[in-house]
Amino acid sequence: MQTQTVKIVVTGPFNSGKTEFIRSVSEIDVVSTEKKITAEAEKIKESTTVAMDFGRITVDDDLVLFLFGTPGQKRFDFMWEILSEGMLGFIVMVDSTRPETFKEARSILETFRAYAPTPYLVAANKQDSIDAWDVEDMRVALRLDPSIKILPCVAKKKSAVKTVLLELLYGILEEMDAAQSRSDEGA
Amino acid sequence: MTLKGNLKEFSFIQLLNLINLAKKSGALYIERPDVTCRMIFREGKLAFAELGNEQLPLITILYEAGLISTAQKELLSIRTAAMNEKAAGIFLISANYVDQTQVSTLLMTRFSEVVRKIFAWEDGFFRFEAGELIPDGRIPVHMDLENLIVEGARRLQEIEELKSEIPSLNMALKFTDRPDAEMRNFNLSVEEWRVINYIDPKNTIQQIAAAVKMDEIQIRRVVYTLLQAGLIEIVRPGGMPLRLPEKMFPTQNPDEQKSLVNRLIHRIRSI
Repeated sequence: MQTQTVKIVVTGPFNSGKTEFIRSVSEIDVVSTEKKITAEAEKIKESTTVAMDFGRITVDDDLVLFLFGTPGQKRFDFMWEILSEGMLGFIVMVDSTRPETFKEARSILETFRAYAPTPYLVAANKQDSIDAWDVEDMRVALRLDPSIKILPCVAKKKSAVKTVLLELLYGILEEMDAAQSRSDEGA
Repeated sequence: MTLKGNLKEFSFIQLLNLINLAKKSGALYIERPDVTCRMIFREGKLAFAELGNEQLPLITILYEAGLISTAQKELLSIRTAAMNEKAAGIFLISANYVDQTQVSTLLMTRFSEVVRKIFAWEDGFFRFEAGELIPDGRIPVHMDLENLIVEGARRLQEIEELKSEIPSLNMALKFTDRPDAEMRNFNLSVEEWRVINYIDPKNTIQQIAAAVKMDEIQIRRVVYTLLQAGLIEIVRPGGMPLRLPEKMFPTQNPDEQKSLVNRLIHRIRSI
């Protein structure tokens, strides 16, 4: 039987922790397209993703989950729509310690929301930092509807990443159940 | 050699700048599938501009500017019916309805409006036909481009910011659930009220823009203001619950889809 594949997209602004998030749970070394950063203004870290990150979780012989990380810099946003094609859902990573990126995170969220009507959630990363904003304050700053999940996250901790992925999958199940109920009511 | 390309690669502001600095004379055509814009320049200054077939008779322009009454408009329309714009202008000036400066100012205002509309265009094929003159019978103006370029650059910056806030016009809007917010207590502009009338999750922002006859910048500006005021929020269009896209699963069988998600959950728990 042919192996089935599904994908989840991890997006967010530059240096929000997308690569680290995927690296924490991927069973293979993340296939990363990182390049050394040359622009002085963006030299928060040494390298950044320019095309995509790629992680993999094998579920069983028939099913594989791919995790795609989008490039965070705006000038590579032509990759976003390609990566979002057929996604199961998406996670918007936000650096809780850098409020100056919240506006961009909101813009990325709106862009992905427009690509496909798939479930999504927001991961408030770097919550272990003393400078991290409170998750509920971030909800207000990001103008998130109360129904949208925003979860505290530390991308380098596997347990936190697992929780985020599981919450997204629970959200997908809830949507499927809701769709089923509507279908039953309509029948 | 003809200057040609697409606004995607060479923006309209860059084009105006080039024409201004190189003091070019000729016609700039910018074509989109639905409409063509033509601008004529003389030594780097704007002489004429038209968008599609939007040609208002001079009498109508004077009337809209409040320089002549309704009765005068009707009378003068008949008198100038057989005249071209230039002849009509000479007639109106010699009959003391307007002076030359007023005609010139009105036409410059009108041509500026055409230029402002093009600021919002992000794509469209352009070509510059060197040496092409203003159409026969039309009144030329002699308008500096510097102020328009500065205004255009500011608008470009604004467009970038608005697009970052509202990336897609295919989304819809709904009022926020704020029982404490009394709409009448907000000091909204006429444009904002016009948009408010159409806010419904069934209407996309694009549809609202068409209904209230606003361009992409105008509608984004109004939506941004209403978002900032916390009056509205962006939602998926349709006013319907989320409908999962078919492509997200390798199978279309709902039971298999559910089983697939449960297997994913089980596997991630075990990591």
